[in-house]
Amino acid sequence: MSLLLEPSAAMIKEQKLYREMGLTDEEFARIEAILGRLPNYTETGIFAVMWSEHCSYKNSKPVLKKFPTDGPHVLQGPGEGAGIVDIGDGLAVAFKIESHNHPSAIEPYQGAATGVGGIIRDVFSMGARPIALLNSLRFGELTSPRVKYLFEQVVAGIAGYGNCVGIPTVGGEVQFDPAYEGNPLVNAMCVGIIRHEDIQRGVATGVGNTVMYVGAKTGRDGIHGATFASEELSEQSEAKRPAVQVGDPFMEKLLLEACLEAVKSDALVGIQDMGAAGLTSSSAEMASKGGFGIEMNLDLVPQREAGMTPYEMMLSESQERMLLVVKQGCEDEIAAIFAKYGLEAKAIGKVTDDKMLRLLFRGEVAAEIPVDALAKDAPVYHKPSAEPAYYREFQAMPPYTPHIEDYNQTLLGLLAQPTIASKEWVYDQYDYMVRTNTVVAPGSDAAVVRIRGMNKALALTTDCNSRYLYLDPETGGKIAVAEAARNVICSGAKPLAITDCLNFGSPEKPEIFWQLEKAVDGMSEACRALGTPVVSGNVSLYNETNGEAVYPTPVVGMVGLIDDLSHITTQSFKQAGDLIYVIGEAKPEFGGSELQKWLEGRIFGKAPEIDLEVEASRQRQLLAAIRAGVVASAHDIAEGGLAVALAECVMGASGLGAKVTIGGDLVSELFSETQSRFVISVKKEHQEAFEQLVEAKRIGEVTGDGILTVNGEQGETVIRLSVDEMRNVWKGAIPCLLKSKD
Amino acid sequence: MKFAVVVFPGSNCDVDMYHAIADELGEEVEYVWHDEDNLDRFDAVLLPGGFSYGDYLRSGAIARFSKVMAAVKKAAEAGKPVLGVCNGFQILLEAGLLPGAMRRNQGLKFICRPVQLTVENHETMFTSAYEKGEVITIPIAHGEGNYYCDEQTLERLVENRQIVFRYHGENPNGSLADIAGIVNEQGNVLGMMPHPERAVDALLGSADGLKLFRSIVNYWRETHVVTA
Repeated sequence: MSLLLEPSAAMIKEQKLYREMGLTDEEFARIEAILGRLPNYTETGIFAVMWSEHCSYKNSKPVLKKFPTDGPHVLQGPGEGAGIVDIGDGLAVAFKIESHNHPSAIEPYQGAATGVGGIIRDVFSMGARPIALLNSLRFGELTSPRVKYLFEQVVAGIAGYGNCVGIPTVGGEVQFDPAYEGNPLVNAMCVGIIRHEDIQRGVATGVGNTVMYVGAKTGRDGIHGATFASEELSEQSEAKRPAVQVGDPFMEKLLLEACLEAVKSDALVGIQDMGAAGLTSSSAEMASKGGFGIEMNLDLVPQREAGMTPYEMMLSESQERMLLVVKQGCEDEIAAIFAKYGLEAKAIGKVTDDKMLRLLFRGEVAAEIPVDALAKDAPVYHKPSAEPAYYREFQAMPPYTPHIEDYNQTLLGLLAQPTIASKEWVYDQYDYMVRTNTVVAPGSDAAVVRIRGMNKALALTTDCNSRYLYLDPETGGKIAVAEAARNVICSGAKPLAITDCLNFGSPEKPEIFWQLEKAVDGMSEACRALGTPVVSGNVSLYNETNGEAVYPTPVVGMVGLIDDLSHITTQSFKQAGDLIYVIGEAKPEFGGSELQKWLEGRIFGKAPEIDLEVEASRQRQLLAAIRAGVVASAHDIAEGGLAVALAECVMGASGLGAKVTIGGDLVSELFSETQSRFVISVKKEHQEAFEQLVEAKRIGEVTGDGILTVNGEQGETVIRLSVDEMRNVWKGAIPCLLKSKD
Repeated sequence: MKFAVVVFPGSNCDVDMYHAIADELGEEVEYVWHDEDNLDRFDAVLLPGGFSYGDYLRSGAIARFSKVMAAVKKAAEAGKPVLGVCNGFQILLEAGLLPGAMRRNQGLKFICRPVQLTVENHETMFTSAYEKGEVITIPIAHGEGNYYCDEQTLERLVENRQIVFRYHGENPNGSLADIAGIVNEQGNVLGMMPHPERAVDALLGSADGLKLFRSIVNYWRETHVVTA
């Protein structure tokens, strides 16, 4: 739209044009009161995007306050590009997870790629060197051509971007369920390492300091992307494809290296990624946080296209751009750093003392807004919440007990469920080794990345079983945090902190808001019990298609510290003769289980229970045993229960099998998803030491015959399967579904 | 012995190459930015993997015009060891320092995994520390590693024993004659898709790549002891 065609301030009000940008009548009245006049078109757009849920968290803020965010090791909690946690020796780890769901639903390759790009910038804007990427993906069932297309393109987009920038994608999770048919979830996490003294913040301070623009030029792509992300998807969403940005990982790599050089310079005052709402959010947030104002001359903004209006420049979400505040007089020093990488650092404005965001364009003031009104004083809503009817029904149901006739076929069938099946097809496309620090590659419980030059490593994982959350968001929220911690513990690490990505439906619906509240309650309780504060996160609401919300999916990204490389542990059995133990008793809990979903085609009933004290105590015992060097392998029991966990332990090893004896109710023992349980293997010489440290039940031993044998207490054979057969089914399931034509 | 690791905009295995030489081999090594025009102070030149210039246009097609490439050619002509890995191999092909061309992987997907290689020629300055026919495990990570050349070139490669590594067992990318790495006729320029610098520490899965770097150092020591 050219300037001449822009509606006037009066037209915006009379024709309620602000509604198209996502503002309500009340919000528009509030803007009028703040400004003491009618906003023009540019100003209306700026308010709309800054007050969108995506930028302001206006609906989720009151809920997010419940998260524990403090800890002696927390150096930076929520509110900056990424959270930062101390790991000793003057080093810290910076990390955050973020969603790119809506763009990925419309344009999966670029949507996923730019999601990766954005989260990388969040981490290096803190001054941290990104060392690992993870992701968490949800799709519909792998049977429709549309879902296959989305899945293939999202994976290709993540690979295309991360591989090119040269940051290893070391882990993640993928789940498939009809709940995500129209609205896939694409969450990307980035982890970086930083020295304490290099920590940067996104602030603009010091009157007269210079605002510099670096990176790609501004184009007309992604205009109003943040607003688009704050609406439900519908058939009209396809028309918003232009709101999806296009990524340039090569530019990102140059920007990354140049910014990490720039942060070493004393000339740099503040730095922030131009993410959602681009130039608008980066400038307004930096000024508001610093307690200053910013004045920018838009004629100086590097532009990719001719004739761009202030509205377009301010709302563009062109990728690979950063905003810097530089000490006055030091512009050349910063420009020289960027010039080495062929990038231009351009002065486009200055820091002022009037706390206003003032935009000049062709010699006139194009917008003038108090920065705090855009950032910290944005509206906050306390949405009504209501317990959904479905939840009451589920709670009242009698326990579900599956009927199993053939245990062999049941185990093979579970291994072929795409959510359980090997994700090798996915992670084979990710360069998970570049930077040569990946000790435990994708496929075990948590990924392990060593810190070069030290005897330390990080264990990284993303987890969320949203089926439990749907059945019971509070319990499911606890489980999501606990499961992440289990994965980290099984790798030999002490859990440090989490980042979270809260993917929910529309907060306008009281039942959805109830899910959000309950999930956060459960997660918060688990975070307290396990000592893992929330240091960063992202909220993605309005994940709905045609009125149907996705399952509540608060993805947990957890970082743990391994303080001695010899503690690194994986899930695969190591050698024949080792003893196999199970920690925790099975109960007949099948609500939301993989078995229920497979046999019944849907999930219902109660989620498995979790006692956080028991959880914490078992985790402590297991970690103590790992650190004492008496654990050969450790794996948590998750989807598909003990049988699937045992299969995973033997499939990852070469030529090994296992022979175990199971008593009690076989269906529960083998397939229930009762929480807080682990499968451990221990060398015979460590039997006594292990049993002293850990309360566990010995169930059998690792064999050299390549066969998984499960016997009942009377000696009857319950399961007998060759590991090769299981592995073929497990590895073949996803490639096979992708190839099938129907 | 002093190694150069050439860094193009978009290189991303430069750090790995550097640490393989400095930490595991204990030799001198320096990064060289793409706009330098002199490599005379180095005894060997390493072109690392990555996505030089974003791999836009075609992998390696832009990097070959970099200022530093004239110096790389000079080093090659002087008989110094020149090793190009992954994107470095692609650049050597584009620069004409090695024959043939690279196509997209047969499966059209990027592949990252450890693969097995057979050392086809253990009598080069890059492979003398390996046994004849030794099978080694080295990771690959590429989207365009499907090596191709015409029939006459292939005949020459075979005749001159220029095929140094072949994929053992499964060929991951569809390359002609299972080729994973080749040398020039003089034997001092090696291009290979697998990443030996990623296989120098057993903690990360394999140390089979170390022998490649040791071979280079051994060769240099032998030739320089004679002339010293």
